[in-house]
Amino acid sequence: MADNTPDISEMTFEAALGALEEVVRRLESGEVPLDESISLYERGETLRQHCQARLDAAQARIEKIVAGADGKPSGTAPFDPAS
Amino acid sequence: MPGPFESDDNSGGLVARSRSGDNAEPLTITEISARLKRSVEDQFGYVRLRGELSGVKQAASGHLYCCLKDEKAVIDGVMWRGNAQRLSFRPEDGIEVVATGKLTTYPGRSKYQIVIDSMEIAGEGALLALLEKTRQRLEAEGLFAPERKQRLPFMPRIIGVVTSPTGAVIRDILHRLADRFPSHVLVWPVLVQGQGSASQVAAAIRGFSGIAPGGPVPRPDLVIVARGGGSVEDLWGFNEEAVVRAIADCTIPIISAVGHETDTTLADFVADARAPTPTAAAEMAVPVRSELLAAVEDLALRKKRAAPRPVVLGRERLDARVQRLPRPDALLQPQAQRLDDLSERLRRGLSDAAAQARALLMADKARLSAPLLRSRIDQARNRLVAARLTPALLHQRSQRTSERFAALERFYLSLDPKAPLKRGFVLVTGADGALLRSRAAAATQHRLSIEFADGTLDAVPAGQAESAKAPTKARKPAQIAPKDQQDDLFG
Repeated sequence: MADNTPDISEMTFEAALGALEEVVRRLESGEVPLDESISLYERGETLRQHCQARLDAAQARIEKIVAGADGKPSGTAPFDPAS
Repeated sequence: MPGPFESDDNSGGLVARSRSGDNAEPLTITEISARLKRSVEDQFGYVRLRGELSGVKQAASGHLYCCLKDEKAVIDGVMWRGNAQRLSFRPEDGIEVVATGKLTTYPGRSKYQIVIDSMEIAGEGALLALLEKTRQRLEAEGLFAPERKQRLPFMPRIIGVVTSPTGAVIRDILHRLADRFPSHVLVWPVLVQGQGSASQVAAAIRGFSGIAPGGPVPRPDLVIVARGGGSVEDLWGFNEEAVVRAIADCTIPIISAVGHETDTTLADFVADARAPTPTAAAEMAVPVRSELLAAVEDLALRKKRAAPRPVVLGRERLDARVQRLPRPDALLQPQAQRLDDLSERLRRGLSDAAAQARALLMADKARLSAPLLRSRIDQARNRLVAARLTPALLHQRSQRTSERFAALERFYLSLDPKAPLKRGFVLVTGADGALLRSRAAAATQHRLSIEFADGTLDAVPAGQAESAKAPTKARKPAQIAPKDQQDDLFG
């Protein structure tokens, strides 16, 4: 499990969700040996937390590009669409 | 200006001469050209010409050269760089335009031309014709090929939006994004209509594409190019080649959301995905967070439910096997039976053996019978009889002994208190040897023994003649004593 944990933290949400689905499928199929199913469950829990965290981290942050003299973006500034 | 021509009629000479009063001095070409130029420019200082473009040529200097023509006439045209750059479309042969400018001449080539200040497409039909031409050209280049399309990210972390910072479009997008999946949005404000809009949009797209990861500005992983609905003309910026090429070159997946559903721009063709409206672009850009949360929750629930499944399944399997497992008593039954059987056989074997032994014994016993023994005794007896152990065999020994005995006897007899017998007295004894002292006693005896001095005579009292032989035997008294002795031998 320790090997997989860093992998999960770098997974995209989609990949983590897919991995979680696979874990659930395998657990539901009952094809996994009992001992392995425990570590599989733990991995699924890590995946779930990762997915959850990725979803929880979603928050609106609206900025607009501030272009430099060369027309390339030099930074961002808060964006207020009402203005 | 008929003046100069009239003077021609009057002159028939070989050499031109100036006549007095004639103010029709010949003009130099430069002079006439200058006068023409002045005249043309004065009179046609501002004209609007409608015609079809042909021979369009953009010089390296940036000036644009072309011809405007209709069915019967043609006029050259030039558009200096400054104005050409402000063109809101790319001039192409065959496009009907309305060109505004002034007429001028080009004395060096005896030409006149229009210097175009601005040029517009002559009506919507012409605009659509231009659009179609451009579309075909870019399509032939392969810019719209499906294999060029990039896949949109499932859940973009940062979304770049190229649109006007004011107006409903950005509000719609932000609103829908907030509804579905609040996201980090970078807005690149641009003009979306009119002069310079295309170049701004193209620059913004290239700007997003050029953001290096890890810089001061985060690089989006999805770009939305959006504009609200409008006329073909309003949307024209998004048909411009600059925008189309910027979208094609963009390394970030792009959703094009220009105009309403019925409006199609070249930007829509070239983008990786086309959304009918800005709101739809936001829907396309992000999944619904609540649905994903629900999906994750569902998976977690299913996982939780499935976790004990191996245990349950294992228990079921175990139970199934346990049921197939024979019961302990059943397990022991054969052995118990066998034990019983063996003990039974053991017992029977023992009794059988005893019986057998008994039978054997009986068999032996049958043989070991009294008659057998008797017969053996008889046999032995017969053998003994056959041995012919006659007294004669002992006789010699006995004779010697008896001689010695006789000698002793004689001596003994001399001492015998029965000596009186020699003088004629007798002793009468019964069969039992008891001395008979009376006749009455003798009469009870069936045999009498009369001892004489020289021996004993057996006598049978009168009336008991059947024992008559006895006295004959008694004549051999010498034999009597030995006979007693022989009895002893047998005894």
